[in-house]
Amino acid sequence: MSEKKTNRRDFLFTATYAVGAVGVGATIWPMIDQMNPDASVKALASTEVDVSAVNPGKTITVLWRGKPVFIRRRTQDEIAEARSVKLEELKHPESDEDRAKDPEWLVMLGVCTHLGCVPLDQKGDYNGWFCPCHGSHYDTSGRIRKGPAPTNMEIPKYEFVNSNTIKIG
Amino acid sequence: MSDHQYTPESKFGKWFNDRLPLLTLANHLTDYPTPKNLNYWWTFGGILTFCLITQIVTGLVLAMHYIAHADMAFDSVEHIMRDVNYGWLIRYIHANGASMFFLAVYIHIFRSLFYGSYKAPREIIWIIGIIIYLLMMAAAFMGYVLPWGQMSFWGATVITNLFSAIPLVGEGIVTWLWGGYSVDNPTLTRFFTLHYLIPFLILGLVVLHIWALHVPGNNNPVGIDIKKPSKDTVPFHPYIVIKDGFALLMFMIVFAFFVFYTPNILGHADNYIEADPLVTPAHIVPEWYLLPFYAILRSVPDKLLGVVAMLSAIFILAALPWLDTSKIRSAVFRPLYRQFYWILVADVLILGYVGAMPAEGLYLLIARVATAYYFLHFLVILPVLGFREKTLPIPLSITEPVLGGSPNLATAKNKESSIIK
Amino acid sequence: MKNFLRIFYLFILFSGVQSNSIAAEKIEYLKTDWSFKGLFGKFDRAALQRGYQVYTEVCSSCHSMKYLSYRNLAQKGGPEFTEAQAKAIAASFEVKDGPNADGDMFTRPGKLSDKFVMPYENVKAAQAANGGAYPPDMSVLVKARGGGVDYIYSLLQGYEDPPVGVTLDDGVYYNKYMYGNKIKMSNQLSDGLVEYSDGTNATVEQMSKDVTTFLMWAAEPHLEARHQMGFKAIIYLIILTVLVYFSMKRIWSRIETEV
Repeated sequence: MSEKKTNRRDFLFTATYAVGAVGVGATIWPMIDQMNPDASVKALASTEVDVSAVNPGKTITVLWRGKPVFIRRRTQDEIAEARSVKLEELKHPESDEDRAKDPEWLVMLGVCTHLGCVPLDQKGDYNGWFCPCHGSHYDTSGRIRKGPAPTNMEIPKYEFVNSNTIKIG
Repeated sequence: MSDHQYTPESKFGKWFNDRLPLLTLANHLTDYPTPKNLNYWWTFGGILTFCLITQIVTGLVLAMHYIAHADMAFDSVEHIMRDVNYGWLIRYIHANGASMFFLAVYIHIFRSLFYGSYKAPREIIWIIGIIIYLLMMAAAFMGYVLPWGQMSFWGATVITNLFSAIPLVGEGIVTWLWGGYSVDNPTLTRFFTLHYLIPFLILGLVVLHIWALHVPGNNNPVGIDIKKPSKDTVPFHPYIVIKDGFALLMFMIVFAFFVFYTPNILGHADNYIEADPLVTPAHIVPEWYLLPFYAILRSVPDKLLGVVAMLSAIFILAALPWLDTSKIRSAVFRPLYRQFYWILVADVLILGYVGAMPAEGLYLLIARVATAYYFLHFLVILPVLGFREKTLPIPLSITEPVLGGSPNLATAKNKESSIIK
Repeated sequence: MKNFLRIFYLFILFSGVQSNSIAAEKIEYLKTDWSFKGLFGKFDRAALQRGYQVYTEVCSSCHSMKYLSYRNLAQKGGPEFTEAQAKAIAASFEVKDGPNADGDMFTRPGKLSDKFVMPYENVKAAQAANGGAYPPDMSVLVKARGGGVDYIYSLLQGYEDPPVGVTLDDGVYYNKYMYGNKIKMSNQLSDGLVEYSDGTNATVEQMSKDVTTFLMWAAEPHLEARHQMGFKAIIYLIILTVLVYFSMKRIWSRIETEV
């Protein structure tokens, strides 16, 4: 008799605790999610860039999601240099063909993969980019060649809307 | 305090507790002997703690998205309502939470008035409570300014202008408060800063309020001193915790109803119009919880005296432990006081009602009578009542329905028990 | 428990008094059934889409809606145009952007992320074009008026000839639901003014209802989510309250005191 009573009591208390915990969890979630990107930020996820004025050998930098995007119209030399590198030599093996669908245009996030600084254009030992913060060298395809950065600079999702316009995101 | 010496069981617990007696504190809080006859009116202390925490948490979140600038405040509030994830929920909880906070604090105060909880030895608890209440009003007022709607702007203008009633330095003080020649951006940013600060001051005072409470222990519906711990008390945990929890949940159901189904009913439509220094709304009213004081302010035809009357109405409460001369705490044993108590409740409700109405004709007359009665209650009725009232016999203990005979006898017993302590 | 119920009644009374005191100041508005009222209230999608049409074709020439973006038109709980429709709507507006590389402002077709295009550059321009009266921004208009949707709905249908003895200045019109009865907006709606694509008969009453529904959504875009979450939250709280109540009874049964 008394044992039965104990069980029932335990069940009641366990159920109360369990239901209470669910409520606490459900209450905390909005307080956490409010710090995620809001609807207006998400809506700005894509941006269109007019590249008609960019000549070979020039880079423009545009802002996308608050970060710089390098759009470089590469010279034939740069393309040749980028494509001649053997994948085995790379810290983060990616072929230039994969990184630049149209070999003339390199579109990448201008953010060093080490700790997020913006690398300098046409600097460093590989004729590409050089990050002044901690000395990472990138080649003409934006791949990491020397220094502390672990991976190549990221290629965002982009497409040519027409021959003059690139849509990033 | 009469707590027994507490020693943690584990070795680490003992090591830690010797250096920082947090476990002793936790043990004191869980074992805290509480009168077992507390009714549901006593659950509002816990409910108020919940309200304060809710306001602080939701307020922190809102401050992450709000922009305290006259040009952007209104826009940023709309941004919170539309785009921020769950922003509408958090803002509606914060806005209605203020009203729920005041609802709970009024019940808490009137509970204290009914059961004489402000009387010796609990005067300090009571006075800290009054300071908390004042800070709550300041926080609520400044919080209402932040959305920078029409009521925000004109409410801020009217309330800050109260200070201009001070002779000689009034105008200077108002300009200083504004940081300009009208309510404007500097006013908004400083109000935001203070609105952010005050809740933490309140939190500190709440700790003192509870600390001061734990020295003599809770009053109770019978209003007599009890030995603790004894068969008249129960440990705070689990008995009071679960009871407070139950009451809190009922409170939350009402709260949720406001937040989810009528989130704007306690606000004023004009506050969804962006502040315009050129146009005053047809009908300026403060939030409902300030209406009784607003009625007192308007019932006095003189500017300075009106402000004085309004402030006195609050500060007079701090003197209450000495204005009430009766030795008996609980209104249960004071048949006359009980009637005057309910008249006071009605008086304050009437003041609140006329505060929402235009200050003219019959409303003004009623406001004046009610204001006069408010002061009469505290300054004349209470002091006289203590000497004249024939009180009922009070019991010796809350568990045994033994009547202790005359009040004097019971008072003697109270004295005795305090000596033993 | 008895005391407790007393407190609970006080709450109910309190909320009742609040709404009564607000209702006391109001005149009788025209009544209609709003689908978004009540515990499970939702917007009527078709009405929202029609209401948007009335807003763009009639109201938007004077009234801005500066807090709405074209993306909101495709958002859940709103008119729920398809993404493609919303994009097409956005693209049909010329949006001012810039400065470009030369430092000049330029116009381009609207995008989903753009805010609704404003009819006037600023408040002063709006006043200048409307005889000194600023046509209020409509984003939160429903919440900024005491009578809410009923007021807007009535106002749109409240134009009539002024009673004898009331003289009106130029550019001022008589409306029986307007505060003070004098309004600077002329009667905008007439039967058949817009042609609804879903074939609904565009009477003044129908257009008033549709556009008011649209304004309600504009002011409270998360109303549906709020109602749904509210119902769940309250059911949850009731369940937990019952559990806590029985737990409390059980705990207090250890001592001989009624709780």
